Formats: sequence, structure tokens, C-alpha cells
Amino acid sequence: MSKKIIELKNITKSFDHQKILGGINLTIYENEFLTLLGPSGCGKTTILRIIGGFVEADSGEVIFDGKNIAKLPPYKREVNTVFQKYALFPFMNVHDNVAFGLTIKKMNKKEIHQKVSNMLKLVGLEGFEKRNVNQLSGGQQQRVAIARALINEPKVLLLDEPLGALDAKLRKDMQTELKKIQKEVGITFIFVTHDQEEALSMSDTVVVMNHGSIQQIGSPIDIYNEPRNRFVANFIGESNIIPGIMKDDYLVHFDGFDFPCVDKGFLPDEEIEVVLRPEDIILSAPEKGQLIGVVTDLTFKGVHYEIILQGDHRIYKVQTTKYYEIGTSLGMSVIPDNIHVMHKMKEEKHETF
Amino acid sequence: MKHFKGMTIPYIFWAFAFIVAPFILIIIYAFTDGGLSLTDASFSLDSFRDIIDPLYATVFMRSFETGIITTGLCFFIGYPMAYFITKFDEKMQPVLILLTTIPMWINLLLRTYAWIGILSDNGILNSALKAFGLPAVSVMYTGIAVNIGLVCNFLPFMILPIYTSLSKMDPSLLEAAYDLGANKIQAFVRVVFKYSIPGVLNGVILTFLMAISAFVIPKLLGGGQYTLLGNLIENQFISVGNWNFGSAISFILAIVILFTISFLKKIDPDDEV
Amino acid sequence: MKKIQSSKIFYGIYIGIIFAFFYLPIAVTMFFSFNSSKSLTHFSGFSLRWYINLITDREIVDAVWVSLSIAILATLISTILGTLTSIGISKCRKVIRELLMNINNVPMMNPDIVTAIGFMILFSSLRIPKGYYTMLLAHITFCTPYVITSVYPKVKTLDPNLADAAMDLGATPFQALYKVLLPMLKEGIFAGALLAFTMSFDDFVISYFVTGNGVSNISIIVYNMTKRTNPTINALSTIVILVIFVTMFIVRFIPYIVRKNKKGRNHILNEKIN
Repeated sequence: MSKKIIELKNITKSFDHQKILGGINLTIYENEFLTLLGPSGCGKTTILRIIGGFVEADSGEVIFDGKNIAKLPPYKREVNTVFQKYALFPFMNVHDNVAFGLTIKKMNKKEIHQKVSNMLKLVGLEGFEKRNVNQLSGGQQQRVAIARALINEPKVLLLDEPLGALDAKLRKDMQTELKKIQKEVGITFIFVTHDQEEALSMSDTVVVMNHGSIQQIGSPIDIYNEPRNRFVANFIGESNIIPGIMKDDYLVHFDGFDFPCVDKGFLPDEEIEVVLRPEDIILSAPEKGQLIGVVTDLTFKGVHYEIILQGDHRIYKVQTTKYYEIGTSLGMSVIPDNIHVMHKMKEEKHETF
Repeated sequence: MKHFKGMTIPYIFWAFAFIVAPFILIIIYAFTDGGLSLTDASFSLDSFRDIIDPLYATVFMRSFETGIITTGLCFFIGYPMAYFITKFDEKMQPVLILLTTIPMWINLLLRTYAWIGILSDNGILNSALKAFGLPAVSVMYTGIAVNIGLVCNFLPFMILPIYTSLSKMDPSLLEAAYDLGANKIQAFVRVVFKYSIPGVLNGVILTFLMAISAFVIPKLLGGGQYTLLGNLIENQFISVGNWNFGSAISFILAIVILFTISFLKKIDPDDEV
Repeated sequence: MKKIQSSKIFYGIYIGIIFAFFYLPIAVTMFFSFNSSKSLTHFSGFSLRWYINLITDREIVDAVWVSLSIAILATLISTILGTLTSIGISKCRKVIRELLMNINNVPMMNPDIVTAIGFMILFSSLRIPKGYYTMLLAHITFCTPYVITSVYPKVKTLDPNLADAAMDLGATPFQALYKVLLPMLKEGIFAGALLAFTMSFDDFVISYFVTGNGVSNISIIVYNMTKRTNPTINALSTIVILVIFVTMFIVRFIPYIVRKNKKGRNHILNEKIN
């Protein structure tokens, strides 16, 4: 892995006696596209604001390039931010908005003009210099905000739910665009979102958060295929979460049957939870399946059907491209690779690691 | 953002020194009997007992009466005014409202001074009456002069909130009322007036409170003969030197007014007069 | 159609009468300020003698100076104080914010006479000699709440991230304040300053109770002169009223005209870009 750029060490933060962050440890590398993902109120934006310098942590260290910058004000940090609603300066035109940081640094005008026009080219707003920012579309404002931040050549760009205000189609385009820009400028992006799809499609690393603590850190594929607990499994994609017992290494028992699996290293007879992704359940004739269920509901989702099956122990959610009548009895099976076993999540208490 | 929080500190100190502290001093004087000095003052309710004295009770009654008359006049003159203004087109309305507002910006003393020139015994009013062969009237230094002055001064405060309420009304409401068979009077009472109640309430309470605490107008147009609460307070501080009693009256006046306005703000939170 | 027309005429007449009630006394004052004699009822000929009197009467010239200088200083100080407070208070905890806003409302809601005696007692208790500076302190105190009520609502409509954005781009808090926040609050600050100026310039009751040592503003002079007819006051009135009239019209209608022009210009600019 490449060089560390930011290290958060045991960061805590409370607002009005309410704990927002409980001991966050996180390492962020150079050139990484890292996403903080979680439901609203999970503390992801607070982490971003602590890195940006807008909020001071109650305790812990923020190491940037080897130095603790926890007490440094935002204007002395080599990071820049794209704010949630862009926070463009409405009384300035596009050029003056983008030039703001350089003007503060008292760079000479000619150089500023040159840099602004290069930057606008990068974000696809060539020739927009004299436009009033209020007359731009949401997507264009977004690009101005990115240009305004990047022109200062930060080592890290922070993005606080920047795509939240855009419509679905535009959001998809901007996702590709952002990824492209990140590749081009070659710096670290820290991206905050509650949209799991956004997180999975753009990031190198995803940090899943809930209730002020990190639930899992990993690549999008790891996070999807190997969720560490029930929260992650539920938050990322759709899943069937089934309680069971780990009989032995590579052998798990749930819903009345033993299933071979690829997980090991649990205590003998440990109570665990099993994640079955809806797309991983293979449907067949009843006698060929490991489990049996009856179709009770069927919804067309565009590319596939989502089927609800009533089994002996529970209902199962399954994705399939084939159409089945309601009332059909079907067999279900899963290959060992697709059975994912996790430690049982303790109720109430949210573990931190 | 922590960086800007500190900017409130000067005003917090300022407000405590020049708003809270004087108020506390008024309360201290109101509830003690030490005269001008605070060092040998002790708790006493004498000042409040004095208010019941018939001499002062009349002043309270007269202030109250003046408040009611002024408010009533302002309402009956101001409501039609506000209503008629809404009948003019969009370009004309701001001009009419501006013309209603301007007197509020002109120095009260100068405006009242102008009334003296008109109402005094050998003023414009009497010379005009004489020119028409009518007998002269003597209104200067009477309740009438005071009421004219008060109405002229407070009328804008009645017109503006009522106008604000009325102008927010959707004109289609009135059409809907006609459509449902209401006649002109029914439509007015049930729709227009109902809609303007917040403005009316605001105007009425504001006018009443300002009238009972008026000080300059009764003094100039009423002469020494027409004492209202404000003048009583002035007398206690400037001529009589009874700060305890003056503070007690001020305290009552302030409490009544602060509570009424807070109440008003609660029932109509989005209003700004 | 006809019916509507006639009711419009009635409305017009009614409104006209009310305006006459407002403006007639003022008009009379202005008219007789050009009278050549001392009479306030009989116009004996045009003259500017009262205006000449005005600039030669030491007492009045001093009062105008006191009124103007106090109004300017109080406006300046209360506008700065009120603007900083408005920005700061929006970042404070709710408890502090509500407490301060409630205290801030007191001078605006309290009858002037109560505010006035409050100051009088305060200055006496602290043995501060009453005069120009006590008057200035009092004026700053009752002007600041008006500035805050004009500016604070504008602060509330700002994107809370604006100042952060400026600092993120390298601006110090001070630069964020004057390069970003103040330009955005311009209109509110201007309205507040105007309100503060007129409040201060018009004040009588509070000034009357907190002054001393012969320091008088225009209101106090007028108050002391009402017992005898003095057309010099008419001349002074006329000037003050004209200034206020013109200012109000400019303030009310200039932004209109400027905005219209600006819109036009932006429009042309956009056309060019497209």
C-alpha cells in the first residue's frame, strides 16, 4: 500500500452530552478514494469536519503527513472541502468563486486567470467565468465547488454528500466524473454519503459507520461479500440474515439443516448469523433444493424479479430472472462460497474496534 | 463555528451593563424606601401602596381611558385606511405605504410642535374658524388636543400591521365567499375581517401600550393639566424626587407591557412590525 | 365597471384626508418657515430670515451638532456591535441565544420613559456625570437592538457553511467575515444602520433624562422652545423633514432602480455567453 496521509487516533466527540463519535481509528492513504458510509447521524460528517478543522475533537489525534494537526484551524490545513449544498459565494461570479483561495494567497492576477481557466476546463465548465453562480444548474454549481476546492492543490479533498441534491441521472454522471477527476489530479478523496450504491461504485475503500463507531473497513467487494456484522449486511445491499450454529470449521447449521461453508475459526457450537444474498440463492424443483419454500409475493424490479418465499422457519428474499406463479413450491440452494458466516452482534451495545 | 461565537461577548457585557442593570435598579428602588440613596434602603411595599391613593389612581384611570379612546379612534380610522390601500394596484400600494410610514420617521417633537401652531388659541384652526365667521374654540391644553396628537402619532402603527395581514390574503378567498352566496357584509365579516385579526390584534395592543405610556404629547399638548402615567413618572424623578414611587410605577408599566408583547409574539410569531 | 370606479374615488378621498391629517401640520410648519414676520397664522411675505437665524443661533447650531454627531457615532458603534453580535449569536447555544435575544427585545418593547429613568438611575448610582457621553452610551444601547433585529434574520437565511467554506479556502476568520459574510449581509446592515440613525436622531425622552451640563440635542431644544413661538424651529423642522423625505424615497426606490439595471446588464451578459 502507498504512503499514509491521514491517521485518526482514538477520536471522540460529544455534542450537548450526546456521544457522536466513540473512539475512531482510521488510516487514510495517498491517492485513495475513501468513502465514509452510514445512515444519517452516524457521525460520518463529523469525522469529515474534524479532518477539515471545522470541529475540534474532544480527544484523540489527527495526524496529517506525520504531524498532529488536531488544533490547527481550517485555513492552515492542506485539505479542501466540497460542502453539502456547495456553499458557493452567491454575490461572486464563477471566476471569483474559483479564484477565492488564490486571491487570499495574493497570487498575481494573470496567474490566477490562467489557473481558473485550467481548472474550469478540468471540471467541464470552460468559458463559464463570468456567469452568476445562482443561475447555474445544480450539477454546474457542484462542478464550481469542486474547482474552487481543487485549485488550491490540496493533498486531500473532502466531499460532504456532494451528490445528494442532484437527480438520479445526473448523480450517475457525476459519480463517473468525480472518479475521473480524482484519477487526473491524483490526490486523496474522502467522500461522505449514505448511498451504498454510490459508495460501492466509486471507492477504493469503504468505511461503514453506525452510531459513532466504525463497523467495517474494506474494499467495496469485501464489504459486500464479507460483511462483518448484521448492520453492515443489512445496510449494504439486500440480505437474508439467519441465526444458526457453527458446528465445526466449514460446517454451519441453520433452519434445520447442515450446510458446508468456507468459514472457519469459530468456537465449537458458537451462535452465529448467516448472510445469504438474494441473488446467491439458486431456485430449483423442490426435491433438488437444500431448503423448500412457497412463492408468496413477486415484484418486477427491471433486470430481475424479487421473490418472497415462505419456508418452514422463515421467509426468504430471492432474486431471479425467471418468472414464477404465486403458490409455486420451489427448492433453494446456496453454494458454500456464498454462505457468509458472521459473529452474532451484541444487542444494544455497539462494538468498536 | 467556534470562531465567531466570541463576537457576542462584547454585547453580552453591554446588554448586562446597560439593559439588565438599569432594570434591576428600577426594581430595587421600587421595592425599597431609602429615598435617593441605596445604602440605607430597606425592603418596603410603601410605593405600591401609594398607587391606590385617589390622586394617583386618577392618573392611572386617565391613562387607561386615554389609551382606550386613542386605540378606538385609531382602529376606526385606520382599518378602512388599510383596507382601502389594498384596493389599489401593486405599483400604487408601496407608495401609499411609504407615505404612511414617513411620519413615523419624522422627529416626534417637530410633529407635535406643528400641532401646537394649529391648535393653540390664536393658531391656524381658530383663524380659519374666524374667517368663516364661526366662534373660536379652545382645544389646546385639553384632552381633545392630546387625543388628536396621539391619534396622529399612532395611526401608522395601526394601519401597517392591518395592511400586512390584509395584503397576505388571497383575493380568490373573497370570490369564493361570493360564489358560496355570501353578501358583501357577510363576506367582509366572515372572510376579510377574520383574515385581518392578527394584524388588528397587533395594532390594537401596540397602540394601546404606546398611548398609556405616552409622555411627550400629553406634556406639550395637554400642558400641566393633563397628566398621564409617563408624566407622573417624570414628575417623581425630576420635580418631586421620589425615586421609589417613580420606580414602582415604571416597574408596573414595564411588566404590563413586556408581558403583553411577549404574549402577542406567541400568538403571532411571524409578525414583524 | 362604473361602480368600481366610484368606489375607487371614495377610497382615494378617504386616504387623501388621512394623509392631510398626517402632513398638513408639517406643511403648515414648512410654509411659515418662509414667513417674514414672527406670526404663525398670518403670512406677511417671503423671507429667509429664520434660516439665517438658524445658522447664527449658537444654541440651535450646537443642538444640531449634538444630534448629528451622536446619531453618527451611535449608528457607527451600534451597527458594528449589532452586526458582530448577530453573526456570533447564530453560532451560539440555544439557551444563550434566546436569553440574549429576549434581553435585546427589552429596550424596543419597554416604554421610552422607563428605559430613560433606568439610565438616569444607573448613571446617578455610578456617579457618572450626565452629559454628552452618557447620552451617547444610552443611544448606542437603544440603537443596537434595532440593528440586531435587522441583521439577525438575514444571518439566519445564510448557508451555515459559507464562513467554513471561506476558511477552508485559506481565509482567516477575519477575512471570512469581511470578504464573505459582510457582503452578504449588506442590505440588512444598511437597513439596521438607517433605523439606528433615525432612532437616535429622533430621540427625545431618553436624551432628556440622561443629558446634563447644558448638552441638548434638537428634540430637547424644541421641547424647551414650545412655550414661545419661534419660527426658527420651523426653519429647522423644514430642513429635517426634507432630508428625511428625500432619504426615505431614495432608500425605498433606488434599490429598485439599481436592481432593475443590474438585472438588465446580467441578462445582456448571459446573452453574450450563450
